[in-house]
Formats: sequence, C-alpha cells, structure tokens
Amino acid sequence: MQQASAEQPIAVLSADALSVAPRQSGAGLAWIGRGFLLALAALVVFILARNLLDNPRLFAQIVISGLQLGFVYALIALGYTMVYGIVRLINFAHGDVFMVGSFVSFFAVSRFSLHTWPAVAFPGISPDLSTLIGAVSVIVLSMIVCAALAVVIERVAYKPLRNAPRITALITAIGVSFFLEFFGALNFVFSPRFIPYQRPFDVYAYWIGAQGIGMVTPQTPAPDGSITFSSIFVIIVVASILMQILLQWLVKRTKIGKAMRASAVDKPTTRLMGVNVDRVISFTFAVGAAFAGLAGVLFAIAYPSIHTQLGILPGLKAFVAAVLGGIGSIPGALVGALIMGQAEALTAGYISTPMRDAVAFTILIIVLLVRPTGIFGEPEREKA
Amino acid sequence: MLLEVNDLHVYYGAIHALQGITFHVDEGEIVTLIGANGAGKSTTLRAVSGLIPARRGVIRYKGRDITATPAEEIVRLGVCHVPEGRRIFAPLTVRENLELGAYTRTDKAEIEKSMQRVFASFPRLKERINQLGGTLSGGEQQMLAMGRGLMSRPSLLLLDEPSMGLSPLLVEEIFRIIKEINSQGTSILLVEQNALMALSVAHRAYVLETGTIVLQGSAQEVRENPQVKAAYLGVA
Repeated sequence: MQQASAEQPIAVLSADALSVAPRQSGAGLAWIGRGFLLALAALVVFILARNLLDNPRLFAQIVISGLQLGFVYALIALGYTMVYGIVRLINFAHGDVFMVGSFVSFFAVSRFSLHTWPAVAFPGISPDLSTLIGAVSVIVLSMIVCAALAVVIERVAYKPLRNAPRITALITAIGVSFFLEFFGALNFVFSPRFIPYQRPFDVYAYWIGAQGIGMVTPQTPAPDGSITFSSIFVIIVVASILMQILLQWLVKRTKIGKAMRASAVDKPTTRLMGVNVDRVISFTFAVGAAFAGLAGVLFAIAYPSIHTQLGILPGLKAFVAAVLGGIGSIPGALVGALIMGQAEALTAGYISTPMRDAVAFTILIIVLLVRPTGIFGEPEREKA
Repeated sequence: MLLEVNDLHVYYGAIHALQGITFHVDEGEIVTLIGANGAGKSTTLRAVSGLIPARRGVIRYKGRDITATPAEEIVRLGVCHVPEGRRIFAPLTVRENLELGAYTRTDKAEIEKSMQRVFASFPRLKERINQLGGTLSGGEQQMLAMGRGLMSRPSLLLLDEPSMGLSPLLVEEIFRIIKEINSQGTSILLVEQNALMALSVAHRAYVLETGTIVLQGSAQEVRENPQVKAAYLGVA
C-alpha cells in the first residue's frame, strides 16, 4: 500500500550511499582490474615478508605502533558504525568530536588541574591512586562533554532532516564538521595554534626481549634486540578492548540495546513497541561520541600536540575502517580499524611517512570497488 | 466505549486518504473494517496508533483524547497495533522480539508469565525461541507479530491483515486464536481483506470505500447486505 513507502523514505530512497552502481564494462576489463589487485597484493606480501625476515625486531616495533593507532581508530570507528547503523548517516563531524575530547582534557588538566583533585581533596592519598582517579576523572569529563555535544549536534542539525534525502544530511554533517574545526580555531575557543598537551599522568617506556622485561630509563636503556612499548600503548589497547566488550554487552544484553537494534531495522514498528526512537537515536550518538572522547584523550596523551584540525585524518581513517569492516557492524569496526592501523604503520615504516595517508584512502577505494559492503557487511536488507 | 473515532481526516501529502470516518469499538468486541485495497483500512489503524497524524477529527480511548499522542505513548495506554506485513525484527531472536513487545513493562516475573501465555497460544514460537525472526516462515512470523503485540498486555489490539499471505489452514488457525484472545478479554479492531473470515469472527463491521464508511452494522447484517456480498464476499 502507498502508506508503507511513504513511511520509510530513508531506507528505500536509493541504493546505499556507499555502494557503487553495477559495472557494465566487459569481462576483459574486469580481469585486468582483478589482475592488477592481485599483483598489488603479491607485492605487498613480498615487501612485508622480506622486511620481516630482514629485521624481525623492527617489524614487531612497527606492528606495535600500528596496533596503537588501530585501537584508537577502533574507538572512533564505533561511533561511525553505530550511528550509520541506526540513522543511515555518515556523521562526518565525528572526527571533530574526537578533537573536542582532546581539548576538553587539555583544559581540564592545564587550566583547572582536574587530574590533581584527589591529592588536593585527600592530602594523605597515595600518589599512584591520586593519579589514577585524577586521570579517570579527566577522561570521564571528556566523554561526558563529547556525548552532550553529539546529542546537541543531532538535535540541532540532523533531527530536523530525518526525513530529508540522505544526501542532505550528509552535506549537513560535513558542514557541522567544518563548523567545529573553524569555530574551535577562534582565539577565544581553542585557538588555531598547535598546543603542547600536558598529560594528566606520565608515560613510561618499557622494553621486552630475550632478557625479560624492564623499564627504559636514562640509566638503563633498552637492551639490543628488545622491543619497546609505552604505558599509553597498553592503556589504549586495554581501554579499546574494554569498550568493545562494554558495547557488545550494551547492544546484545540490555533493553536499550534491543531497542537500538530494532530501531536500526524498522523505526515505525519500534515505536509501536513503546520505544521512544528519538531518545534511542540520541543515546546512540551519545555513546559513540563518548568513545570518541575517550579516544581523543588517549590520542592526545600518546601524541601530545593538539590543534583544532587534529580530528580530520583520524576521523576519516576511522571512517574508512568502519567501511572496511562493514559499516553498521560493531566487530567490523574493530577488525577494520586494526587493519587500517597496520596499513598505516607499515607504510610509514617501509615506504614513506607521507604515503601512510594515501594508503588509507587507497584502501577505501579498493573496498568500494571490490566489496562495498565491507568484511562483515551484509547487502542492503530486504524489506519483509 | 473503549475506542471512539469521530470525523477522522488523514492526508498523505495531497492525498486525502481518510475523509471523515466515524466509528467505535466497545469493551470486549471484535470490530472489523473491511474494504478494498486502498480504501483506508490500514491508514485508520495507523492513525489510531499514532503513526500518522490526523488532520482533523478526534480519537478517544477510554474517554481520553489521544489524537495528538505519540505512538510510543499510546502503547503504554493499552492500545497495541500489530502492523501489516508482520514487521517482525528479522535480525533479532524470537525471544528478543517478544521482549521488545514488553518494552513498556518492567516487572520481569510478569513479563515471563506473559511470554508463557503467548507460548500457550503459539507453541511453534516456543520451539523457535532462539531462532532469528527472519528465519521463520510467513505463518510463524504472523504468530510472532501477534505474540509480540500481546506482550504489552493490551486492552485493545489493532490487527492489520493477519491472514495476508498465509495458507488457508494457517488462516483458520490465526482466526481461531483471534477469537481466543478476544474471549480472554482483549477487544480487537481487525482490518482484513479476507472479508468472509473477518465477518465470521467479528461482532460488528464497517465497510470502507475510498476513505469513507459506506456501511456499518452487526457482522450478520453486513454479511447479508447484497452489495457487500457482490463486492467483497464473491457471491453474485
């Protein structure tokens, strides 16, 4: 009946925003393309294998830096994939929410010394415990501010366009992204300069090798042949995995998670169950943004120089990661992000540093050509 | 009167889909709306459950004006709409679908009881409890959609084309269950293209044609009306 189609313009409007039209070129051209990709894959495997055999220690070191990036991207990619799953919108402002997360923690630490509040409030407290509570407070504050910001963005910019063509909302998202970057660049907001970031806690380096494991200090440098990693690497990996588990639990086990999955499939019917779908959408934006806020703080601690455009590249790469994993799929976001992290680190390590950004977007193009639905993605659902 | 609809007008853009319909459902009744495709039957249910706005007219439920109440609030008042085409949540399991039906309720023990009651009416669902909704057959999906609706413990159930696409045997089964649900105290507003079946279970009926009610009466009277016989019952 005509009502059914009138109700869901978003779902049936057109092909998926990311999918490509069926190619009409001949089989010959397709074979050339496939051959080219296979040759490229063979070349990549060859370069990696040769370097791995040449210097396994360096290879492992690069893999570690790739893991660090990958787990940060995974946190950001969750927000892209959750929001896309529920409102079919690629929220390009997400990377800038990540940037805001960095800045909130910067102001909390540098201006307000929030990270030292336990030591001030309870003078007898052990310094380690004080640092732990202080750092967690800073992170939680960033997550809350980012969540609130995303809810406001959704209300003001996206909700009025819920029934507009999808391209309208997409362009709006790009607009919001620019707004955050350039409003943030105003002098009385974040300022346009690169700002040295004051960490809420010190980061230490460790080495691990045949001789065991130890801390790297000026007196005791890492022994030859050992691999080094930092405490923030461990924190990033643990935090990212914890958030993945938390999100899985949230989506699979809780009532709001069920409502989220139902809203992703069929909003009018979900309303008939008594679910306030607008609230579910706000909640989804808030959770995704909180993860981005966490990523923003950890990223700034790992790479301690921040500026208002710092979210652009990590945001875009996390978006590619979400597409690579299959946008809408939560495990896909993690897998895609880890692949992106490795691709970037290995490129920077074995080809050249500026190439790493080019490789990220080459991956996007290849995914869209070969498998637009990504690794875990399913073809656009049929309507029952 | 449980549900009272007065001079309801609904538009889809420029299309005047409902042109002032008036009807009511009493406590304990099965009332059916019959009519051809596009007559406005589903639109009526969607307006009552709050999925589409009424341009004019009043919808009252238990004396309370619910014309402008959002869909998610109307469920809480005890009106449950089982939509056309079943609309089960395909990527969710049977259990999760049923749990979503009970979204407005909080008492876990009571929800579990309702679920057992649904399984008593639809034993097939119990066998499939951990299967994904999308893997069920059409008949099972209809059962799930109705079971999911019952999980909110409605006083008024709006059923939209429950027999659509089902084999004659399953249609019999579904209508038997509709009567059973009604005998347990739930009033039902039933929209059907299968007018013969609908009139056989209903107490009263309204005939809709292009957005207006052209005939109303007891199911018996409507069934015996010569125009209805010719147009909807396939009797010359």
